[in-house]
Amino acid sequence: MSAAEDAVRAANTRNAWALVTPALILLTFAASGPLLIVLVYSFLTPGQYGNVEWIFSLDAWIGILFTKDIFDETYKLADAHLTIFWRSVKLSFLTTVITFAIGFPTAWFIATRPPRSRALWLFLITIPFWTNLLIRTFAINEVIRNEGLLNTFLIWLGVIERPIQIVYTDVAVLIGMAYVYLPLMVLPLFAAIDRFDMRLLEAGYDLYASRWRVLRRVILPIVKPGIVAGSILVFVPSLGAYVTPRVLGGGKNMMIGNFIELQFGQARNWPLGAALSMTLLMIVMVALLFYVRAASKGSNPHG
Amino acid sequence: MADRSFSVSRIPGFAAVAILAFVILYLPIFTLVIYAFNASKSIAVWEGFSLQWFEAAWANRQVKEATLRSLIIASSASVIATTVATMAALGTTRRAAFKGQTFVYVMINQPLMVPEIVTAVALLIFFASIKVATGYQGLGYLIAAHSAFCVPFAYLPIRARLEGMDLSLETAAADLYATPWRTFRRVTLPLLLPGIIAGAMLAFVISLDDVVITEFVKSGGQDTLPTYMLGQLRRAITPEVNAISTALLVLTVLLLSAFFLLTRKKE
Repeated sequence: MSAAEDAVRAANTRNAWALVTPALILLTFAASGPLLIVLVYSFLTPGQYGNVEWIFSLDAWIGILFTKDIFDETYKLADAHLTIFWRSVKLSFLTTVITFAIGFPTAWFIATRPPRSRALWLFLITIPFWTNLLIRTFAINEVIRNEGLLNTFLIWLGVIERPIQIVYTDVAVLIGMAYVYLPLMVLPLFAAIDRFDMRLLEAGYDLYASRWRVLRRVILPIVKPGIVAGSILVFVPSLGAYVTPRVLGGGKNMMIGNFIELQFGQARNWPLGAALSMTLLMIVMVALLFYVRAASKGSNPHG
Repeated sequence: MADRSFSVSRIPGFAAVAILAFVILYLPIFTLVIYAFNASKSIAVWEGFSLQWFEAAWANRQVKEATLRSLIIASSASVIATTVATMAALGTTRRAAFKGQTFVYVMINQPLMVPEIVTAVALLIFFASIKVATGYQGLGYLIAAHSAFCVPFAYLPIRARLEGMDLSLETAAADLYATPWRTFRRVTLPLLLPGIIAGAMLAFVISLDDVVITEFVKSGGQDTLPTYMLGQLRRAITPEVNAISTALLVLTVLLLSAFFLLTRKKE
C-alpha cells in the first residue's frame, strides 16, 4: 500500500470520527456512561435516607436472592423476591406466546393481501405501534376494568351477574402487555413472511402435504428468523415493563421494573436497586446474544 | 380436486384471527376516545356527547404547563438528536469501513437495547449527583436524556436515505470546483432533507411519548403530559385523562401520516 493511500485512509477515518463524536459524547453522557455508575453503586452500602454510603459491600448482590435472618445471621432464599422474578419471567413468556398466537396469523394475513391494501393494513398495525404506551394501557383499562366495556357487555348478556375482577391481577398485567406489545410481534413476522416464496407452498401441496404439514415443515422453518426477532422484541420489553404493571397491576402485582423503582423510592435501598438493574440488563443481553446467533444461523438456508 | 377458491397462501382460520386482532387493537382505543366526549363525570356511564373534558383539560393550569413542557422538551430533544444523528450518519455511511465502526453502531443503538427502567435508574443516580454538585435543577437534564434516547430513532431513517443516495451528483459538484462545504450545502443536504425531517419527526414522537425515563429524571414540578397522566392514577380517573389522551393520539397519527408520505416519496 502506498503512502498516499495510507494518508487518504487516515483522513477518512479522522473525518468519520469527527462526525460521530458529538453523538458519542451525548450518548456517553446521558445513556451509556451512567450505566457504569449503576454497576459501581451495586457494590456499595445503602445510605439511611436513600442514596449510598461509599463502603464496599456485596450485600446488594446477595440480597437479590437471599435475605439475612436477623436472629442467627443465616441466609435464606428471599421468597418475596423470587415471587417477583417468577412473575416477571412467567408473564413475559406468556405475553410472547399469546402475541405469537395472534400475531402470526395477522402477519400472514397482511403479507398475503394484494399490494395496494397491504400498505393500509400495515399502516393500521403501525399506528398502535407508535402510539404512547401509557395511552394504550389506559385504553385496555377502559375495556377490562370493573365498569368497563367487557364486564358491562357480559352483564348485559346475562352471562355474569357481578363484574369479574380483572384489573389489579396478574391476568390484567398479562392482557395489558399482550395488547401493548402485539405490534412488536406482528412487524418482524410480517417482514419475514413478506420475503417468503409462495411457490414453495405449491410445491408442498403438489407433493400431497396437508395444510398443517406445510405450515409446520415449510412455512415455520423458513420464517424462523422473524419468529425469533418478534419473540425477542416482545420478551425483552415485557421483562423490563414498568408502566403496564403499575397501571393494571395496582402496586401489588409487581414485576422486576416496579421492584427496582421501589428500591429507589420507599425501600431506600439504592444498591439493591442497582444490582437488580444490572441483573435485568444481563438477562436482556443474554437474550439479545441468543437472537444474534439465531439470526445469523437463519441466513444460512441449511442451518 | 381442490375447490374453486383454493389458494395456496390461504390458511383456514388465519383471516378470522387477523380481523379479530385488528378489532382487539382498535376497540380499546376507540372506547378511550369515545369516553373523552362523555358528558358524565363518571367514567362508567355514558350520558351524551360533550366537549367539557377537553375544555376542563384546556383550563387546567397543570395540564397547560405540562403540555408546554412536553413540547419544549420534545422540540429541543428532536433538534439535538437529529443534528448529531445526521452527522453520525454522514460519518458511518458511504465511506470505507473504519476501525471502531462496530463500537459506534453499538453506542448509537444502545438506547434500543437497554431496558428503559435501567437507563432511568442510571440517569436518576447520575443526575442526582450533578444536581447536588451544581445546584442546577432545570429542564436541561430531561432534554439531555430525551436527546440521547432519540438518537437511534433519528439516525435510522437518515442513514436509510443516505444509503439510497447517488454519489455521482456530489462527484459532479466537486468536478465543477464546488468546495466540500458548498457541495454539502447545495447538493447533499437538499437530497438528504426528507430523511432528516422523517428522523426529526420520529424523535419528536418518541420524546413526547416517554414516561419511564422522564418519571425518574424530572425534578419536582417538572411533569410532562405523560407523567402528569400517570400521576392522575392515584386519584379517581376522570374523562379529562381521556381527553388529553385523545389529543395526543391525534397529534401522533398526524405526525405518522406525514412521516409515511415523506418516506414513501423516494420510491
